[in-house]
Order: sequence, then C-alpha cells, then structure tokens
Amino acid sequence: MGSNMAEAHPVGFQWVMEAKARGARVIHIDPRFTRTSALADQHVTLRAGTDIAFLGGVIHHILSHDLDFREYVRAYTNASFLLSEDFRDTEDLDGLFSGYDPHTASYDSSSWAYESVQQEEGRPGDREKEHSAPFKHGASGPAVAGGAGEIACDPDLEHPRCVFQVLKRHFSRYTPEMVERICGVPQEAFLEVCRAWTANSGRERTTALVYSVGWTQHSVGAQYIRAGAIVQLLLGNIGRPGGGIYALRGHASIQGSTDIPTLYNLLPGYLPMPDVTHDGLAAYLESVAPRHEKGFWGHADAYTVSLLKEYWGEAATAENDYCFDHMPRINGDHGTYRTVMDMVEGDKVFGYFVLGQNPAVGSAHGRLQRLGMANLDWVVVRDLTMIESATFWKDAPEIETGEIVTERCRTEVFFFPAASHVEKSGTFTQTQRMLQWRDQAVEPPGDARSELWFFYHLGRKLKERLAGSTDERDRPLLDLAWDYRVEGDEPDAADVLRRINGVDLTTGRAVDGYTELKADGSTACGCWIYSGVYADEVNQARRRKPRFEQGPYDAEWGWTWPLNRRVLYNRASADPEGRPWSERKALVWWDEDKGEWTGHDIPDFEKDKPPSYRPPEGASGPEGLRGDDAFIMMSDGKAWLFAPSGLLDGPLPTHYEPHESPARNLLYGQQGSPVRKVYGRADNPSNPSPPEAHGEVFPYVFTASRLTEHHTAGGMSRQLPYLSELQPELTVEVSPELAAERGLVHLDWAHVITSRSAVDARVLVTDRMAPLRVDGRTVHQVWMPYHWGHTGLVSGDVVNDLIGVVADPNVLIQESKVLTCDVRPGRRPRGPALLEYVREYRERAGITPRTGTRIATAGDDPGPPHMEPGPPEESP
Amino acid sequence: MGVKRWLDAWPVYRQLTGTDPLGRGKAAQSARSAALTPRTDTADRVADSVCPFCAVGCAQRVYVKDEKVVQIEGNPDSPISRGRLCPKGSASKQLVTGPQREHKVRYRPPYATEWQDLDLDTAVDMVVDRVLDARRKGWQDTDESGRKLRRTMGIASLGGATLDNEENYLIKKLFTALGALQVENQARI
Repeated sequence: MGSNMAEAHPVGFQWVMEAKARGARVIHIDPRFTRTSALADQHVTLRAGTDIAFLGGVIHHILSHDLDFREYVRAYTNASFLLSEDFRDTEDLDGLFSGYDPHTASYDSSSWAYESVQQEEGRPGDREKEHSAPFKHGASGPAVAGGAGEIACDPDLEHPRCVFQVLKRHFSRYTPEMVERICGVPQEAFLEVCRAWTANSGRERTTALVYSVGWTQHSVGAQYIRAGAIVQLLLGNIGRPGGGIYALRGHASIQGSTDIPTLYNLLPGYLPMPDVTHDGLAAYLESVAPRHEKGFWGHADAYTVSLLKEYWGEAATAENDYCFDHMPRINGDHGTYRTVMDMVEGDKVFGYFVLGQNPAVGSAHGRLQRLGMANLDWVVVRDLTMIESATFWKDAPEIETGEIVTERCRTEVFFFPAASHVEKSGTFTQTQRMLQWRDQAVEPPGDARSELWFFYHLGRKLKERLAGSTDERDRPLLDLAWDYRVEGDEPDAADVLRRINGVDLTTGRAVDGYTELKADGSTACGCWIYSGVYADEVNQARRRKPRFEQGPYDAEWGWTWPLNRRVLYNRASADPEGRPWSERKALVWWDEDKGEWTGHDIPDFEKDKPPSYRPPEGASGPEGLRGDDAFIMMSDGKAWLFAPSGLLDGPLPTHYEPHESPARNLLYGQQGSPVRKVYGRADNPSNPSPPEAHGEVFPYVFTASRLTEHHTAGGMSRQLPYLSELQPELTVEVSPELAAERGLVHLDWAHVITSRSAVDARVLVTDRMAPLRVDGRTVHQVWMPYHWGHTGLVSGDVVNDLIGVVADPNVLIQESKVLTCDVRPGRRPRGPALLEYVREYRERAGITPRTGTRIATAGDDPGPPHMEPGPPEESP
Repeated sequence: MGVKRWLDAWPVYRQLTGTDPLGRGKAAQSARSAALTPRTDTADRVADSVCPFCAVGCAQRVYVKDEKVVQIEGNPDSPISRGRLCPKGSASKQLVTGPQREHKVRYRPPYATEWQDLDLDTAVDMVVDRVLDARRKGWQDTDESGRKLRRTMGIASLGGATLDNEENYLIKKLFTALGALQVENQARI
C-alpha cells in the first residue's frame, strides 16, 4: 500500500516476483493501476487519503472474527494492559480523543496512559508538536515512566479498559460497508484482501507489508504506518521471517541521513536535539530516558556522553557536563518549511546551503522555495549539475511572472561542483538499515570535491579564522574535535566511520558495539546505533562475501544496524518459551544446552538471557527486560497496539479526511486531523474542504509520484540522454470518463490548477485511473509524475508548485500525496496572467488565508483559526 | 571462396545448421563483432560501489581504464540486487562521465545577470566570511525568559539523503558547533 515498488524500487521488486513465483499472493492497494498492479494477483483501487479507513476495516475484520494470532498478541503486545479511567476514545468524542485543546490544536496526552502508570501532571503536546518530537522514535519506543514496573493487565483480554477491548471498540464502525463508502472499494474486493491477509498469517505463515512515501506524505502519515503495524501485530507478522513492514525509502542514503541526521530536531542515533528546558546534561538525560523504564534506551546516558566526547574530545569532561552546554537549543518548529517561510519574510535567515538537493523543484510549494532563495544574502549550491535551485535568479518561473527580477535579485550564489558516488569513498545506508561501503574509483574532475572535503575544510578554516577568540559563542567551534585523518587534502572517510563506530579512549581501540559504551567519558562514539560497524578494527560495511558463498541472511555482506541484525525484534519469531512458532517459520530460538539464543539471523536479544528470566524487583534498562519481552527497545518491552505516549495525534489511528478533500468524514464530526500543522498565511492558501463551502471549484483528487526512468527532482536524470529519451515529457493521467467530462484529448495539452498555481502537462487518457464511487457519487482522481523543471535535456513545469504546505504534526512531513485540483484543456496562461488566473480561481472558491485553518470541527469549541502571525487578510 | 566458406558466411545457414537456432549468438556474428571484446575486459581495475539513486542499494562494479570510468555494471555477488540495475542505475556511467557535469566553481554576485568564474580556494574563503557574518546577524543567546539558546537562526542547510553517512556526520557536527540548527534534508520531505 502506498508504494509503486515495481516502478520506484524496481530491483528490490525482484524479490516480490521471486516470492510470487514460489506461490505467494501479491496484493497491490493503490489509487492508480501501476506497473506494480500489473504484476500483482489483485489490485484494489482506493481513494487517495483513505488508507486508515481501509486498514481500520481490516482490523475490525480481524477482531470481529477472532482471527488474531492470540498467543502472539497476548505475549508480545500491550493488548492486555489496562488503560486509565480518564481515557476517552474517538467513539465518545465524535472523532477526538480526550485531552484536546482547540486553541493550540494539540493534545494533553496524560489521559492516554496505562492505569497503573498514572501521570502526575498534564502533558500538553503543543511544544512537542513544534519540535516534531516523535521523530526521535526512529530507533526506540517512546517513554512510559515506570514501564519497568508491573503494569495492571487482564491476560484474558476481556476487561473493558484493556487495550484489546479498547481497540475493538475504536474500530467497531469500520465495517466493510463503511470502507466501501469512504474508500470507494467494493465490499467484495475489500473482503478478499481481508481473507487473504488473515489466511496467510499465523503460526505457519506470514505476510509482509510494504509502504513508501505514499504513506508518509500525509497529514496523518505516522498514523497510516501505525495502522499497518497494528494489523501486522494482531496477525503475528512482526519479527518473523517473511513478515514485517518494509518502509521503502527513496534515496541512496535517506535512511543514513535520518540515522546520522541532517535534521533539526535530532542528534545521531535518534537522540533528541536539546531544547530550552534542558538546562544541563542531567535534565536532558532525565527527559530522554526516564528511570524505571525497560530496554536498551535505558543506556541513553552512555550514548549521549560518548557522542559529546566524539564532538568535543579532550574539552569534554565530567566537570563541564561533557560540553553539553556547547549545544544550541531548539524551542520550536525549525523544519525546512518553517525556515523557507522565514526566508520569504526576510531578515531572519541570511545564508542557505543546498547540498545534493533541489528544493526549487523537489520541495512542496516550489514557488515559496524559489521566492525564499531569492530573498537571501547568499546561497551555496553543491551538486553534480547546474540545477534549478542554483539558477533561480535568471530562469525561475517567477522571472516570467515578474516576481523575481534578475537585476534586482540580491542573492549571491556560489555553485560548487560535487564529486560523484564513484569519486569518493564512504557508506550509504540502504532501506533495510544496511551500510554498504563504496571504494573510490577515480579522482573527481576539476573543482569537484566531496562533501567530506568541503565541510572538513570549511570547519578547518573557520577554526583558523576564530583562533584566539575569547567570545564564548566561539568556544564550541574552537573546542571541536576535528582531527580526522587526511590523505593529501581529502579527509579519510574510513577514519570518520571508525569514530562514528566509537573508540575506547583508554585503549584507543574501536569498540565492538554499543553495549561497550560508557557514560563516564571513557568512550567516544558518533552514533551509537552504528556502533559495531568497525568492530575488530575492520570496516564491516566493506564486506562483500558473494551471496553464492553464504546463507539466506547473508551476514557477511555489508553491515546492518543494530549489531548486524537483519530482522528487528526477531525474538518474536520464537514463542515465549523460546521455541520457533513453527519449524517452517523458524528464525532464532533458545538453545537450552548451550544456554544461548541462536538461529539463522543474529538474535535481536541478549544472547544469554533465558526465556524464563524474570527481572529482580526494581530492575530497569536492559536488566528490566523479561526473557519474553521481545520488543527490547520499548520502555515496557511490548509492541504497542495502543500508544500511551509518543504520538501527538492520538494513541490509535483514526480515519480523518485529508486537509483538502472532496468528501465529508463519514465516521466523525471531526473532518481532518485535529492536530495537523497548518501554516495559515496569504502565500500558502488551501483549497476549501467540507464543511467549508466551494470545494466544487477543485473537484478532483490529485496525487503524484515517481517514474522508474527519472529520479526525484530530476537533477540526476533529466540531464542524462538515456533517461530523458525514455521519459521525455510531463504528463497528467486521467480516466476516459474525466477526459470526456473536461474535454481532454489524449496527448494534447492540459493544465492542472490549485489555489497555489497551475502547471501544464500532456494528457494521458488511461483506464489506469478509474473513477470511484464514494458514498453514492463519482470521484475522479488524477496523477502526475513530479520530476520536471526548467533545466535539463527534457523540461516541464514544476508539479510541486501545485502543492501547499500542511504537515503531519508528529514529523512535520508535508501532505503532498493528496490534495484537490481542477483540470482544464489547453495550456495555462503565462507571465503575470498566470497569477491573475490563479487569483480568479481563489476568488471563485472564496479562499482567504483562513481557509482550512479552522481545523477543529467536532466538539462545542471550534477554537480559533490557526494563522501565522502577521497581517491575516492580505491577498496572496 | 569455397562453397562451404561461402555458405558459412551466410548467417541464416549458420543459424539453421549450427548450435544457435535462435540466431542470438554465434550465428549472428560478423568478423567484426567476433573480434570485439567488452570494455570490462581491458579495464585497469574495478572498484566496488553502490548505485546512487534509490534506496535499494544495488551493488555496482565500476571499471576504470587510464583513470577514466569506462563502464558501470551490476555486481552479481550482491544478495540485494543479484547483479541487476534498473534504467537509472544502468545510466550511472552517463551520470558520472556525461557533459552535464559541472567541473568549475561558478559565482553569481548580487544583481548580476551572468555567472562568473571563481577559484575554488577563494570561493571557500568567501563562504567562510559569509558563514561568520550570517551567524552573527542571526545570533540568539537566550529566549524571552532568559533560557539558554546559544544558537544562530541566520544559517540554514538542506540536503543529506544523497550524501554519505560520513558526510552527514561532519555536516551535523560542524553546524551544531556553529550554533546553526536549521539543518534539514529530504527525510522530512
């Protein structure tokens, strides 16, 4: 679901085909019939933005027919835990959970807690929303204070306040009829999926679930994934061979750039960036890893101190909190969209580094991106080719409309040519957490250099420039450990990787894994989850033992975090007593004779902890994990069907309509996510959605995605002759019915319009885009690939110009997979006439900056519109 | 020319009588194509690499001759890709060696209408100046309640999903030490 794997991850898709050849049934659930659908046994067309309704229907089907894998659910999930009496579900509050504050559009989550772990104080979510705090759970579960203690439970799963019963009630109205009315999926097709999924799960069989950005780029993206996880947990498909949830990521090292983040709210290894409330290391550690929790996150003090030692070396001592106060503090939303809006406003952001990314084409609301860059002191672009983000000052679409005038554009632009992937050494982390080292093949040409070169020398020169400064603000830079090995003038990536792995400072040797890290300053480690990649002083990511010479888990090809374990939580592949659930699905198991865990994969569990182990009174951290607590990164050792903390938009997934939708929410008075992050401002208008009027001006559902032959914003593909020839032109796919309704002709021009902009494309009339029957009426969907811009061998309008900025509150990822639009035959107006044309559309739809910002539509108090500061009513 | 040689020179005859009934191998060869050798045979060395496009992580072999990349192919040893590459991965040689690559630093002064040339070292020095200036202009010591911020809002950065882990590590580390925290990448997009 939410993935066109055959198109976007074609070589990975060979394994799906391999499974199919061996008898697996492949089901593709997606708004469009794609290359993936063509190879599947069944394709289900659903309305974009309704996946939670569909998955909620699957959960309802499982629970109402007792089809869950009960022993697995009872042993490894929190199904039996009792919830607080204060908790109120969306069934009680018309689509809201208890704790909602319409004024801040956020939840106080204290009433979502377990009964026996009562919160002492309120837990308002408005601050965490700005910090995108849930992003930090990339390697571990959220905190539950006291998670290591006994949690009140009902092993029979019958108590009305146990998670299992709460789940049942929450999804009780997600019936096949409701799925049909919301998603436009006929009941029989839906039930066929339910039957296939449940019949192929259990003790003897497992089902895998694949998703991609079709799930993440939504205002409720994190909850999409939660819904998929609940299905997979109820059916016992997590931690077992052939099971799992595959998040297919889109770039060579996008997993790596999250693990070792270039993200504002994270430090390496998903440690959160310090915020203003952390007035010292102790306060930070208490909030990162409260005491009395189970699991390996309990050693966060060792991970943090080791990171500080790697950052600040000798200068970091116990006396100065290991230079913890050298860290800048976050206190709000500093995400990329917030920053770009600050650029547009001016006098806040002055300089911008753009590194192998092309926001002028690749980020939502391209116009905002380009206007932001045109209002800076300077931009540094580092890329292989001359991309749109480097040339906006002379050929952006805004030159044509007169919004950017080259001679009046003050931005100073530096373009640095970058080294390609064969001209430098280093590791990418692919989508299954595997680090693979690349050897340098040749020297980069001319001035081209690696990012490693650029940032190493930038840092070196900055340190030289500030040498001798007594200004306190320069201290962190002057103290910075920047002594990486250099060969010629190129820093040695292997040395950087070794420091990321971690070093025992008492012996000078690389550590073998994160269990060796200490909180006393005697180890330095750049990213605890990567610890082990340089075990035995060997670059484990460089291993290339051919697949012909090793077993199915190929442990000696590359290196996977954590500790080269290929299947996360694989302790759950065995029953509580440590025996495989079935011989057919054996992965790891307890070897009683040897007194250790063993199996085909490296056990994701303490090697010598027997299944019968019960922690002593008061134990916490890893010691607090029972021998059957398979989910070792969770603070209570269990997989969460219900999330008592960590999510800002509710403990259970709930169907909300997208921010821009043609339909009223049929389940609740609450229309969209009540916590979604809106940026109500004149230059970021929204198309109206029910209950607002005039949605008919933008009657169609819009979605966008990739082609095999191009790559994201096109900087690596539109310039290549082979790929440009394979996909020469931007198209818009429409159904024959929609073509008839709007007078669109196959291969002729049409343009797509939203309240942000209009873009041209060639019409592709195809029954791949089937109209849907949604609650008794026809809904048309249109699709576009988004790879084009104005440079390269093939060019086209920027599809991202159509998309506004509204985001999932958990992770601040924009909702770009579903919006509403209109489609008209012929080309769009050009120049200033384009602005006028889009303004007329806004006028017809009655759009103001307030449109879409009054997000609470259930309950007595709708709260204020959620507007950005500044003049609210100026026209866009 | 004898009849046998004359007949053997005729591909259809070879296809019908030889070991290549589908005409996709020896039967279709000319003297020229028979004498061809793959570029990979004459390479000076082969480097192990990984495809730079999507996140599957297909293994590549990069063939180098005279310090130039002459071919990039899938590595059959890989348990991930088993030697296969998609159209993008197969076009990697164009990505790396094509004329679209910029080899020189380019500089556009404020209000200018064209690019100018700039020496690499000079350009880096100019960036150093600008980083310090933007950092100073956007500096914040404390918030309105006097809590420590110790940061600059004057500098932003975007990118990382196409870069190496080691590069992301240095980028985050350096910006953090500068107090610059608006560091973002495609993972949030």
